[in-house]
Amino acid sequence: MAVNLPDLKINIGSLRLKNPVMTASGTFGYGEEFGTLVNLHRLGAIIVKGISLLPRQGNPPPRIAETACGMLNAIGLENVGLERFLSDKLPFLQGLETPLIVNILGDTVDDYQQLAARLDEEEKVAALEVNISCPNVKQGGVAFGTDPDMAHAVTKGVRQHFSRTVIVKLSPNVTDINVIARAVEEAGADAVSLINTVLGMAIDIESCQPKLANVFGGLSGPAIKPIGLRMVWQVAESVSLPIIGIGGIATPEDAIEFLLAGACAVQVGTTNFINPKASEEIIQGIEEYLNKKNMVSIQELIGRARQA
Amino acid sequence: MPIYQQNAEILRTEILTDDVFRFSMKAPDIAADARPGQFVMVRTGESMDPLLRRPFSVHQVAEGGLIQILFKVVGKGTHAFSKLQSGYSMDMLGPLGRGFEYDNAHQHYLVGGGIGIAPLLFLAKKLLKKNEPSTIKVFLGARTRAEIDVLTDDFGSMGLEVKSATEDGSLGKKGLVTDLMAPILNESPVKVYGCGPYPMLRAVVDLCNDRNWACQVSLETIMACGLAACLGCAILRSDLKGYVHACKDGPVFNADEVAWL
Repeated sequence: MAVNLPDLKINIGSLRLKNPVMTASGTFGYGEEFGTLVNLHRLGAIIVKGISLLPRQGNPPPRIAETACGMLNAIGLENVGLERFLSDKLPFLQGLETPLIVNILGDTVDDYQQLAARLDEEEKVAALEVNISCPNVKQGGVAFGTDPDMAHAVTKGVRQHFSRTVIVKLSPNVTDINVIARAVEEAGADAVSLINTVLGMAIDIESCQPKLANVFGGLSGPAIKPIGLRMVWQVAESVSLPIIGIGGIATPEDAIEFLLAGACAVQVGTTNFINPKASEEIIQGIEEYLNKKNMVSIQELIGRARQA
Repeated sequence: MPIYQQNAEILRTEILTDDVFRFSMKAPDIAADARPGQFVMVRTGESMDPLLRRPFSVHQVAEGGLIQILFKVVGKGTHAFSKLQSGYSMDMLGPLGRGFEYDNAHQHYLVGGGIGIAPLLFLAKKLLKKNEPSTIKVFLGARTRAEIDVLTDDFGSMGLEVKSATEDGSLGKKGLVTDLMAPILNESPVKVYGCGPYPMLRAVVDLCNDRNWACQVSLETIMACGLAACLGCAILRSDLKGYVHACKDGPVFNADEVAWL
């Protein structure tokens, strides 16, 4: 059967993706964890768990709580740190054709710069995703994501020390996400990804105590999809940067909505926990949708809902 | 070892009490590789609420590629799961995590409390392949007889000595499972395998430390992925300087690897 497959390729700065579906940071480990369940070569890109200069032990448990159509997490950025990432995790990822994006986080602009400079030396790292939006740590992280001047400073610092694509991941927990998006655009980001988790909480009525030891946590999963979609739409209005859509994407239909709203690519997050094969199914589903609609390229979808 | 994702058909459902169920599900790849103490993550329904899979320890592996799960209804997920009938298929991931480590040079004491007894039946079966029944003792604790009646029979039919304790005295000794163990002062090498609620395990660990018995415990935590991706199932390390994770470092730990607070 001679069917011309639609073109799913997308470029974001120097980053070349064979399709627009990536696995979101913090939901896919360092890739290897999913090696026997997912065809890793099929993915658009893998974004690994956020890395800091030094290892972090994370928050005390309980760290997660299930809510209606979603979950709260307050992991606290537990990670192996830069050196162990390079020695223990990177070799496996080197063996994949799939582009690698490393999510980075720090307490100071200097932390981010050091991470960027060291990761710039690793050719396999096709892009950085700068985490300025984690809601679960008291210092750093979210402070950069809620203040436009600080967001600008971090982005600029990373930009100066990393020669390939720089993506900045935005928080929804702000008064006006457009202000932050414009600040990072101005500072030289190649793209923005949004949204990170939505700050929330849950209380156990038996113990009469918060369910999370951290009290507050980040809400993710299908429950937050309409918020993510709305914010992608808004940011598409206010910046000309490519946008990577995130927020409760579980099916091809969800991903297509984000593309129609103006995202050029998407990340699958919490759904990896429930259905590890979801990203592959979403790639396949987008392909089938384009065929059904007689579209030859994913470009025809991007922002289409914005055209009157 | 590979992890498999299989659509597992429920072939048999048993109702042991009003809130304890035993399901037999067909998952040949998972059943072939599973070891005692490992677990599976199962979707409990088709909808997005509840969203997450539920972890269940492997209760038993049976002929024909069957995985048996013994579970108690404690929330939305297990409630939805308990309503499923034979013939339904649910997505299952497994086998996951680190199971029990055992050898044949010990006396083996299997100590279970309530629904925590689940993985011990599988362990007993494996132990019996290389050990005489006389080297294995089973200690079961529960609130009341109904919770462990069937299980007592299951272990008993394997030729094992089973001692029971119930809080209401309806079966065996009235009291806790550790009351059954307290009189035993065995000085030959003993390995204890514990699974149950945290206070029970802490008491078992204290008793083992007192007698210099090796002790492994299977720990239960809230868990989202089971794949070491979310890092949600953190358990404080014994040095208090960081966390291990139930899904990957456990769920079975040597008692001295984790903090007992």
